[in-house]
Amino acid sequence: MTKSFREQWFMLLIGSFLVLYIIWPLAGMFLRADWRIVAASSVEKDVLGALWRSIWTAAAATGIIALFGTPLAYFLARRSFRGKAFLEAVIDVPIMVPHTVAGIAVLMAFSPKAPAGAFLVNLGLSPVNSHLGIILACLFVSIPFYVDAARDAFYGVSPRLENVSRTLGASFLEVFFRISLPLAKKGLLSGLIMSWARAVSEFGAIVIIAYHPMVAPTLIYDRFATFGLKYSTPVAVQLILVCLGMFVLLRLLAAGKRKEEQVP
Amino acid sequence: MIELEGLSIDLPGFSLESLTLSVEEGEFFMVVGPSGAGKTLLLEAIAGLRPIAAGRIRIRGTDVTTLLPEKRKVALVYQDYALFPHMTVEENIRWGLHFSSDRDTRHVEGLVRLLKLESLLGRSPTTLSGGEQQRVALARALAVKPSLLLLDEPLSALDPRFREELQDYLGLINREGMTIVMVTHDFGEVLSLGHRVAVLHGGTLQQVGDVREVFREPVNRQVAEFVGMKNIFPATVKGGRALLEGGVSLVLEDCGEECRGFIGIRPEDVILDSSLPDGFANTFSGRVASIVPRGMAFEVVLQADGFQLTGRTLSSTILSRNIRIGQPCRACFSPEVIHVFEKSAIQNLTEVLQP
Repeated sequence: MTKSFREQWFMLLIGSFLVLYIIWPLAGMFLRADWRIVAASSVEKDVLGALWRSIWTAAAATGIIALFGTPLAYFLARRSFRGKAFLEAVIDVPIMVPHTVAGIAVLMAFSPKAPAGAFLVNLGLSPVNSHLGIILACLFVSIPFYVDAARDAFYGVSPRLENVSRTLGASFLEVFFRISLPLAKKGLLSGLIMSWARAVSEFGAIVIIAYHPMVAPTLIYDRFATFGLKYSTPVAVQLILVCLGMFVLLRLLAAGKRKEEQVP
Repeated sequence: MIELEGLSIDLPGFSLESLTLSVEEGEFFMVVGPSGAGKTLLLEAIAGLRPIAAGRIRIRGTDVTTLLPEKRKVALVYQDYALFPHMTVEENIRWGLHFSSDRDTRHVEGLVRLLKLESLLGRSPTTLSGGEQQRVALARALAVKPSLLLLDEPLSALDPRFREELQDYLGLINREGMTIVMVTHDFGEVLSLGHRVAVLHGGTLQQVGDVREVFREPVNRQVAEFVGMKNIFPATVKGGRALLEGGVSLVLEDCGEECRGFIGIRPEDVILDSSLPDGFANTFSGRVASIVPRGMAFEVVLQADGFQLTGRTLSSTILSRNIRIGQPCRACFSPEVIHVFEKSAIQNLTEVLQP
C-alpha cells in the first residue's frame, strides 16, 4: 500500500465517525423495534393515511418549489447584480430559522386574520389545520434545498452553449428547455429529492399550522406523547422505510439516466 | 457588410469604448489583442449576446442593434467549441435546422464531407479530439447558412497539425464567399489568414488596417509590442536621424518632420554577426547578453553602448557567425526598417536636446 493510499484511508477512518453516527441510532431503532406492532400498525388506517399524506403534501410543495424555483435559480446562476448576495441569503433563511418559528411565521402570514389567509378563506381554502396548511409549511422549509441545488446545476451549464444556440436560431425559451434544462437535469433532480425529503420529514413548522390532519412526523410525536416510545417507534420505522424507498428509487432513476447519457 | 458605429459596452470593471469599424463582404477580418482586450466581448456584441450601452451595428445595411441573436443570421464558434454534450455529432450539426425554414440537407451533407465528419456522426462530442470537436462546431455554425461567421480563437486550443488543417478549412470557406471575423491573440494566424486586422487593447481600438500595414507600421507601443516589435525606444527625430536616450543616434529614412515619439525595429530585421565589417548604417558593437529559443528561431539580446538591441535569428546563423553569450558581437539594421510612431510635435528646443 503506497503512502498516499494509506493517508486517504486514514482520512476515511476519521470521517467514518459521522457515518457511524447516522447509522447507529437508525439501526438501533430497527433492531429494537417490535416487528409484530410494526406489522399491525402497517395496516392501521391512521398510520397509512399519515404516511400517504406526508408523501403527497411533500410532493405538492416540491412541485410548487420547482415551478417557481427553477426560473429563480436560473436567474441567480446567470446574472450578477447588486443585492444578489442578499437575495441568496434570503433564500437560505428557512435553513437557519428554527422550524417552529417558521411555522409561527407561516401561520401569522396565512391566518384568516391576515390578508393572504383571508383571501384563501374567501376562496374556500382554509390554511389552518388543513392539507393546504401542511403544504404551506413544507413549502417554506424546503425552498432553499431546491433553489440552491438548481442554481448550482445551472452554474454548471456553460452560458456559451446557450449563446451558440441563440446564434443558431433558437429563442430564449427553446434554449432554456432544450439546452439548459436537460444539461442541468441531474442537479435539478438531486435538488427535487432533497427538497422532497426535507418536506416529508418536516414536523416543527407543520405542527404549528396544521396538527390535524396528521402527517407521519406529527403522528409519531402524538403516539410518543400519548403512548410512549413502544408505540411511536413502529410508525417511525415505517416512515424511514418509505422515505428510504423513495430516496433510493429516485437516486436509481437519476443514476440510470446518467448512465444512458454516457453511452457514446 | 458589417458596420460598427461608436459601439460601447459597459460591464462591471471593463468597458468597450466607442468602437467604429467596418468589415467588407467576403473579407477575412481579424481582431487581435492581448487577453482582456475585449475581443470576445466584441464578437458577442455583434452576435447580439451582449447589451450595448451606445452605438449601432449594421449588417448588410440593416440596423441590427436591437435585433435578437436568433434573428441576425450570425453564427459564432467559440474557442472551447461549446458542443452540446447531450447530443450526438449529427444532432449538434443539425441543431440549427430545427429553427430554420431552409432545411437544406444536401448543404449539411456537403459540410460533413468537406470537414471529414462522416465517421463521427453517431458519436458523442465528449469522445472527440480537439480538432474533431472544432470541425463539428464549424459544421454546426455553417449548417444554418449564416451571412457572417464569428470565430473566437478557434485555433488556439489545437495542436499544430490540427491547427494547420483547420486554417486550410477556414481559408477555403472564406474563398467560397463567407465573411469571417476571427478573434485571435496570435499574429502568426493573422498573417496566414487575414485580409485586414483590428487591434484592441484595454477595450479601445488601437489600429485598423491591412494586415501587412499593421505588421510593418504599428501606430503605437501597444500595437508594436503586439505585432512582435521588440526594440522600442523613445526618440527625438530630426533631419533623418533619431536621437535616443544615452546619446545613441540612428540613421533613418527622412520622415520629413521634426518630432518626438518612439522608434521600433523588428527583431528579424536586425542582422547579427560577430565579424560584421564597418561601413553599414546603424552598426553597433556589444556583448551578447542572452540567447533565448523562440520556436524555430532564437532571440539574441545584444548589450551595446547605451542601449539593448534584440535580434532574431536561426540556430544555423548562431553557429556559423559565432554568436555566444558573453562574447563580443555586432549588429546592424538598415534605415528603412526603423518605424517611427506616436509622433508628437516638438514644443521647444529643450525637448530636442532631452529626448
